[in-house]
Amino acid sequence: MEKKIRILIGKPGLDGHDRGAKVIAAALRDAGFEVIYTGLHQLSESIVEAAIQEDVDIIGLSILSGAHMTIFPKILDLLKQKNAEHIIVIGGGIIPEEDIKKLLKMGVKRIFTPGAPTNEIVYYIKSIIH
Amino acid sequence: MTNLQNLLKADKITIARAITQVENGTDPKLLEEIFPHTGNAYYIGITGPPGAGKSSLVNAIVPKLLENNKKVGIIAVDPTSPFSGGALLGDRIRMNDLALNENVFIRSMATRGSLGGLASKTKDVALVLDAAGMDYIVIETVGVGQVELDIAQVCDTTVVVLVPESGDAIQAMKAGILEVADILVVNKGDRSGADRLILEMKFAFELRAHNTDWHNPILKTTAIENIGIDELVSTIKSHKEHLEKSGKLEIERKNKLTLRVNELIEERIKSHLHEYVIDQKQLKKMIDKAYERKITPQYIIDEIAKKIF
Amino acid sequence: MSKDNWKEKFSKLKERDINFSNLSKIKINPLYTPDDNKDFDYEKDLSYPGEYPFTRGVYPNMYRGRLWTMRQFSGFGTPKDTNNRYKYLLKHGQTGLSVAFDFPTLYGKDSDDPMSLGEVGKCGVAIDTLRDMEILFDGIPLEKISTSMTINPPAAMLLAMYIVVGEKQGVPKEVLTGTIQNDMLKEYQAQKTWIYPPEPSMRIITDILEYCSENVPKWNTISISGYHIREAGSTALQELAFTLANGFTYVDYGINKGLPVDTFAPRLSFFFNSHLDFFEEIAKYRAARRIWAKLMKDKYHAQDPKSYLVRFHTQTAGCSLTAQQPENNIIRTAFQGLAAVLGGTQSLHTNSMDETYALPTEKAVKIALRTQQLIAYETGVPNTIDPLGGSYYVEALTDELEKLTYEYFDKIETLGGVVPAIEKGFFQREISRSAYEYQKALEKKEKYHVGVNIFEEKENVEIELLKIPEEVEIDQNKSLKNVKQERNNSKVKSTLIHLRNAAENGENLMPRILDCVREYATLGEMCGTLKEVFGIYKEPIIF
Repeated sequence: MEKKIRILIGKPGLDGHDRGAKVIAAALRDAGFEVIYTGLHQLSESIVEAAIQEDVDIIGLSILSGAHMTIFPKILDLLKQKNAEHIIVIGGGIIPEEDIKKLLKMGVKRIFTPGAPTNEIVYYIKSIIH
Repeated sequence: MTNLQNLLKADKITIARAITQVENGTDPKLLEEIFPHTGNAYYIGITGPPGAGKSSLVNAIVPKLLENNKKVGIIAVDPTSPFSGGALLGDRIRMNDLALNENVFIRSMATRGSLGGLASKTKDVALVLDAAGMDYIVIETVGVGQVELDIAQVCDTTVVVLVPESGDAIQAMKAGILEVADILVVNKGDRSGADRLILEMKFAFELRAHNTDWHNPILKTTAIENIGIDELVSTIKSHKEHLEKSGKLEIERKNKLTLRVNELIEERIKSHLHEYVIDQKQLKKMIDKAYERKITPQYIIDEIAKKIF
Repeated sequence: MSKDNWKEKFSKLKERDINFSNLSKIKINPLYTPDDNKDFDYEKDLSYPGEYPFTRGVYPNMYRGRLWTMRQFSGFGTPKDTNNRYKYLLKHGQTGLSVAFDFPTLYGKDSDDPMSLGEVGKCGVAIDTLRDMEILFDGIPLEKISTSMTINPPAAMLLAMYIVVGEKQGVPKEVLTGTIQNDMLKEYQAQKTWIYPPEPSMRIITDILEYCSENVPKWNTISISGYHIREAGSTALQELAFTLANGFTYVDYGINKGLPVDTFAPRLSFFFNSHLDFFEEIAKYRAARRIWAKLMKDKYHAQDPKSYLVRFHTQTAGCSLTAQQPENNIIRTAFQGLAAVLGGTQSLHTNSMDETYALPTEKAVKIALRTQQLIAYETGVPNTIDPLGGSYYVEALTDELEKLTYEYFDKIETLGGVVPAIEKGFFQREISRSAYEYQKALEKKEKYHVGVNIFEEKENVEIELLKIPEEVEIDQNKSLKNVKQERNNSKVKSTLIHLRNAAENGENLMPRILDCVREYATLGEMCGTLKEVFGIYKEPIIF
């Protein structure tokens, strides 16, 4: 049996714009992934805890609030503290190029910006997992 | 073996990984290893139609189960899309209050092709949580609208949740409800129609001929406001006590084990048949012949049976 | 030449191979003729501007009298930062203010709340207490400008702060003009900024309706918003139908509270999106005016003609902007702004080109503002009222949208009304599905988005971006701490207790909130007090 890719789609912080997160979640489901959706307004701690218990391969964070430079490092740090660095972190949202470079350096694997086609995201995830 | 030790210590990463291996069938030895350490948890099933508030109810009862430093494992099952094989697992949204509790472990499972209320591996995943020292294991079924009988084959106490709006759906599933419900809950009990539904279900339970000394209680809750939750939890606990005192817990668990062993034997035979006995190419040829009405299906079966018996 | 003749010729010619339907999935004909407006009755369906059913506009003179208000939504960083931006915009010809609050403020949380970490001043300005509001409007005379505040669960608190700032400037509340969004229904449906469950939220809203009708008579008490429904992924039709259904629900609740409809309905205003499909948007605004007027008259028996009016603000579609080739966004926004003006908007926000990356820079905002000024002063479009009135196409589309809106109303009715339909996840599901379908249509190239799925370019254009320094959060928390030390804490406590009692016993909350605000109670303290009484909302699981 082919290993199922499990991914957690999270909306950290107070940002309520869940259109992108939901579209991505539906697209990933339609690509055969098991998608854990944690809902809105999540603490970084809850997202990391959920990712560990669900044994996901990837955490995908959607951040449109401008808080990305606080939240991504926090998630990476928590994963490290909990010995869960094997979980890959990717993201999407309103994030300037300059910040993307910094986030990639910190250990975020990939950032998608508005307009990224869902099939590109699916293809990317499959390519890094298999 | 260190993995087993970590598992027994309830290390969350180890538990999570073990569940994945059980779910994917990638480590057949694992279940063997953990089995001696299981049998200590009490299994509670939560089932009911979509929109009945199953996840909210779990979110509400678990804090009470956690009292006295108990540990609770939760398995929430959601359907796999038959078209893509993917699944959207969203039950955690409702359980956010529990997300950071040290003594809670929540795992979402997709049905992966199973047709009932559970995934085919849910029982094995529950064993992992059992071995990891959970005192209670709460299993929430898919909730596809029909009664999911498989839950009762796993759980010691099965709670069926209905809402006043389930109205028509209930008629179709009444027989099933009566069969599996140790406890019946009418959630969103503040809505109109709740009391009528309770009366209706009471009547149905009374009509049913039964020789049991457990009189299936019907409770009213409003899970999101925490109303009726204390009573539900104490009813679950008195059902547990009832099973223990009457010796039924042992009888029923042996029945469940028998059922499980039979299931596994069948699975084993089936996979043996398909892998070693039946020559797929030859079968295809025979099917072609049967399609042309040159041989009969019975003839094919006899041919295959010859190889076994 | 007869129509059949044309039809025959047309059928022999080649048609571009695309799906000729608009974003609401209404099929678009190659040509519209008088046949498409057969039952058309000028007096009944259109009438004159400022006349029932107001299809052509809410005022008799429209832009011949006064242009629309150019109101750029803006706010970031500390109150001081935003105050500077407001002065800049007013200097460059902006005619009204529109406050963007940061996420903690929108959720009624203080800047030092753990959930606020990393969000302070990022997406808007941070407001914790009256002190921040005093700084925000420092040097801006409240009697001369109108202010729109995009605020929902804590709308009552922000309005109270504005009233008190007015008092301190010597401006009585009776002359204050502006808008609070205060539209909770669309929050549950689309924007997802909530604190309390729907029923207590509706109670706060009706308290505001009651208080303002007596005390702040020129204030727009609810800005019934389709904008966010659209941004969350709905079609134009869904935006129209859900927004109006929400509007009628507020009217129902006001009436149930015992308020005569004409005491509050004239102060309801609307807020729509302007998206990519040009004529569909124009028809949407025209249909909105007609439907609202008809139902307010026939169903709610309002007598005051002001109760019939859909006065609305428009913002161009943020979700239509692209990160790719960002300069194209200037042109996109210009078309969308033009549609809003042709649709008769009362005020307009035009988005800036850089908003898929960050909050806009001063330069980008100025170009956006200039875009509306071009429409106003160069195109000649505002010189005649409803110039597209009588267009066979626009009238047919207006009729069609109206018809389909009534079908949605019936669907909502069978679910028990707007609030039960929210609880059942109806709107959320409709919107999510439309969003996903639109995305799939883009990926299958059934719809085009320039730079995204057609005329793509490899290299990225570097544009200058606004950065919010991380010190904002530290500075804001420092000033919050100072306020908490300087204020009279025992007075704060007692005003909060009074607020709590009012919440419990059902008296109007506004006077109590004003008391708290005057004592510099924080937003988080006030919302937290109400949370204890009202509880918190949990989202249903809807995909």
